[in-house]
Amino acid sequence: MTARNYREYLAENRLPTIWCPGCGNGIVLKAVAGAFADLGLDRRKTAAVSGIGCWGWADDYLAVNAFHGTHGRALAFATGIKLANPELTVVVLMGDGDGATIGGNHLIHAARRNVDLTAVVVNNYNYGMTGGQYSGTTPRGSITSTSPLGHVEDPFDLCALAAAAGASFVARGSVCGGENLRDLIRRGLEHRGFSFVEAASVCPTHFGRKNGRRTPAEAFRWLRDHSVSRERAAGLSEEELRGKQILGFFADRQSEDYGTRYRKAAEHFRGEGESS
Amino acid sequence: MTKLPPLFTSGNEAIAEGAIAAGASFYAGYPITPSSEIAETAARRLPETGGMYVQMEDELSSMAAIVGASVSGARAFTATSGPGFSLMQENLGMAVMGEIPCVVVNVQRSGPSTGMATKPAQGDVMQARWGTHGDHGIITLAPSSVQDCYDFTIRAFSLADRFRTPVILLADAAVAKLKENVRFRPPEPEEAAQRPLPDCPPEEYRPFAVDPEEKVITPLPPFGSDYIFRITGSMHDETGGQGASPANADRVIRHLAGKIEKNRDAIVRVRRFFLDDAEWAVIAFGCSARSARAAVREARRQGIPAGLLELTTLWPFPDDEVRDVLSRVRGAAVPELNLGQAAGEVRRLNDFGIPVRGISRVDGTLIPPGDILSAIKEARS
Ligand code: SF4
Repeated sequence: MTARNYREYLAENRLPTIWCPGCGNGIVLKAVAGAFADLGLDRRKTAAVSGIGCWGWADDYLAVNAFHGTHGRALAFATGIKLANPELTVVVLMGDGDGATIGGNHLIHAARRNVDLTAVVVNNYNYGMTGGQYSGTTPRGSITSTSPLGHVEDPFDLCALAAAAGASFVARGSVCGGENLRDLIRRGLEHRGFSFVEAASVCPTHFGRKNGRRTPAEAFRWLRDHSVSRERAAGLSEEELRGKQILGFFADRQSEDYGTRYRKAAEHFRGEGESS
Repeated sequence: MTKLPPLFTSGNEAIAEGAIAAGASFYAGYPITPSSEIAETAARRLPETGGMYVQMEDELSSMAAIVGASVSGARAFTATSGPGFSLMQENLGMAVMGEIPCVVVNVQRSGPSTGMATKPAQGDVMQARWGTHGDHGIITLAPSSVQDCYDFTIRAFSLADRFRTPVILLADAAVAKLKENVRFRPPEPEEAAQRPLPDCPPEEYRPFAVDPEEKVITPLPPFGSDYIFRITGSMHDETGGQGASPANADRVIRHLAGKIEKNRDAIVRVRRFFLDDAEWAVIAFGCSARSARAAVREARRQGIPAGLLELTTLWPFPDDEVRDVLSRVRGAAVPELNLGQAAGEVRRLNDFGIPVRGISRVDGTLIPPGDILSAIKEARS
């Protein structure tokens, strides 16, 4: 496949997006389209499956097959889409509330089941679309519209969760480094099996504003200042790492995907395997 | 080697065999009594025919996975019982709104909640119709024999594809666990017909285009073909883009109901026993139709002119067929394993002022033919 221009993968007639000025979603959208372009994907053989939430609109702006499903279930729709047509490249676009809170059970089982999907989870640490309530990744102490006292729960570390559940490719990037994100998503797409890419992002309208970051620029700066690479993190103490996002790879290994394993087992069962 | 299926088999196995005969190539499900043999048969038989089985983490994802597989072009199905059917309502709605064909088998058991897992019931009639939120049409078939389980499953796939809709096969624990002799016939050519592809150029395709007469249902090509399109559970315009204007929303909702309502003739099927000269009618479906048939036969033996209208399509409700029977008899009885869900529909159609008596049973046991016969006799006196 030859590399193409990322704009071929954007439904430019649907732009501008519905997202707020300064939202991180646009950066991730460009990274997804860029990763498609780097791989020169055939748009007819590519499907974007999305959930519900601000980031859940992303599929509307991509010029590939799109499936905009119900809240939290995108991975389950994608499982059927991919297993019934293994020729498709399937990217699953979810937010932290969508993909990791209401959809948390599907996430861990998708990671374990290892269907050849690429999940791109935009983590903005709250439910943006419904007005900024706390999600499963909201940091402790944060103010949201449903944690006015300061959030008392601890958040999920999504990459640690996905890796522990068995995902064979897990990486975290940030909207502060768009090209790096594009690269991580491309590698996730190239990876055979379930791959999980978290894009640490900003929601200036709700999460940023309520937590003292009045402008998008402040929200981005905060995210940058609270991110460390894996390499740098290795030299830091637990105390120094508190409240910081670690960027980099959390898993990258080969493991035969569900569809391939199943088809091999079925061939063997039918007597068409190596033995015949 | 593909073994020929046995001829003496259960309703559950006949459902799975019917699906495979219909060309189903994808099953996603979560085990639940009393439907688990459908999953087990699918897990064994699908790989023999090049299909695929996947056991999901719950019924929410099972329903979602078959919807996804259908969008990739597969004839896809799942099977469950009451508690699982409750969980499937969310993505059943997705299939309705996205107009995605699929078949959902609900082997009804006693409820609500966990209820009695092994006991038959017919309490999900209204849930099949209205379980997912919002206005819409739905197709629901009700088998009363093991042969029906096989035949109606094949028909369910055909109706699903033809009308781009989920179809519910509303079985019950009694029929699903029953063993009878079955003829595993091949599907009729129109039942086996693959989904048509659009005949317009890809750039002109509108996945949600609507014929106001509802005669032509817009074809749904599979993801991966030359047609690139968007499917959505949100309110959409003809292209699948956002379309929340009042005029568009009104058009879409009326279409979701209208494509089923305006095609009743192609969907609704009933069976008539001894109705030509009947003065007393029994109207029943599923396992209760079996009891009703025995009751009517016994009534005839005793010289009582009773007949049976068996509703093999429950939704859309056979309004014309029921009204026709009510117009010609002196009274009707509706036996069912619930507190009157179908009886209410029959009463809605009773423009003739005749007595319509519900015979309800919700104790996890079947209605004996004698109870139905007694009701007919009481009505006469
Ligand atoms: S609410 Fe937050 S996440 Fe949603 S579009 Fe606005 S800034 Fe982005």
